[in-house]
Amino acid sequence: MKTLLELHNQPAPYLVLAAFLLAIGLFGLVRRRTLVGMLISGEILFAAASLNFLAVNRFFAPDPAVGQIFVLFIMGLAAAEVAIALSIVIAVYRNYGSIKSRELSDLKR
Amino acid sequence: MSSSVLLPLAEVTPLPGSTYIIPALFLFFFATTVAGALVAVAAQRIIRGVCGLAVCCLGLAGLYYFLNSPFLALMELLIYVGAVCVTIIFAVMLAEPDEPAPTGSLPRRLCGAAATVVVAGAIFWSLARLGVFGRWPTLALDTRDWSVQKIGVELLTTYSFAFEAISLVLLVAILGALAIARSGRHNA
Repeated sequence: MKTLLELHNQPAPYLVLAAFLLAIGLFGLVRRRTLVGMLISGEILFAAASLNFLAVNRFFAPDPAVGQIFVLFIMGLAAAEVAIALSIVIAVYRNYGSIKSRELSDLKR
Repeated sequence: MSSSVLLPLAEVTPLPGSTYIIPALFLFFFATTVAGALVAVAAQRIIRGVCGLAVCCLGLAGLYYFLNSPFLALMELLIYVGAVCVTIIFAVMLAEPDEPAPTGSLPRRLCGAAATVVVAGAIFWSLARLGVFGRWPTLALDTRDWSVQKIGVELLTTYSFAFEAISLVLLVAILGALAIARSGRHNA
């Protein structure tokens, strides 16, 4: 009971949750059949990395600013990635009339 | 302390159940993150997947707060829920709203799903085992500086090059996104 009440002050639940997010992000990346669905799974992968960084930063790092700044950079890169990926999705939809990943098999159309 | 100062009642006698509030909040955010991630990868309609991602990011923001990083919790809300999810919703409105029906025979699909579950489960199990049973170092006493001011100073001194590089990457990404999305328009 005592450890259960102190769960938020232990690294294990955060690390387990980060592993869960990584696994489920990979699962979604493989199983999703549209580009937008794959993009959402990719965002969950980013979230897993960020949570892992912050958990290690909170419990083990000597300088706590480093992990937070790294996660800020991850967020910036994720935003840039989403902008590019969505514009590609729009362009693909315009050319193919579909964003199903199975139908995007021609290099040129 | 002079006798005229009254302590708040909660410090004299703890309110009933008050020790459970913080763990309950933690469990709530934990469950929110897990449920949001499950909805995000499993929903048949993409718009529900986006909402799942938003819920997942809400839970993550709460967990970031528990990890002593309230600034990052705010940034998570602003960037992910406020910007990324809304942008994806725009893309869903411009493209297709639904996940297509699965193709191929049933046994083949089941085999594929089982293989994916096995691989993802193996990754989860090994990493979670490392997280729970791994020999992590411990800090003797937490005297670290957690202030937002330190983050700002470090961003503009130690990490100024990476900071500028990120801003350049964002600029190039925006220009590239505009160029790619514009190029195929018929009436341009």
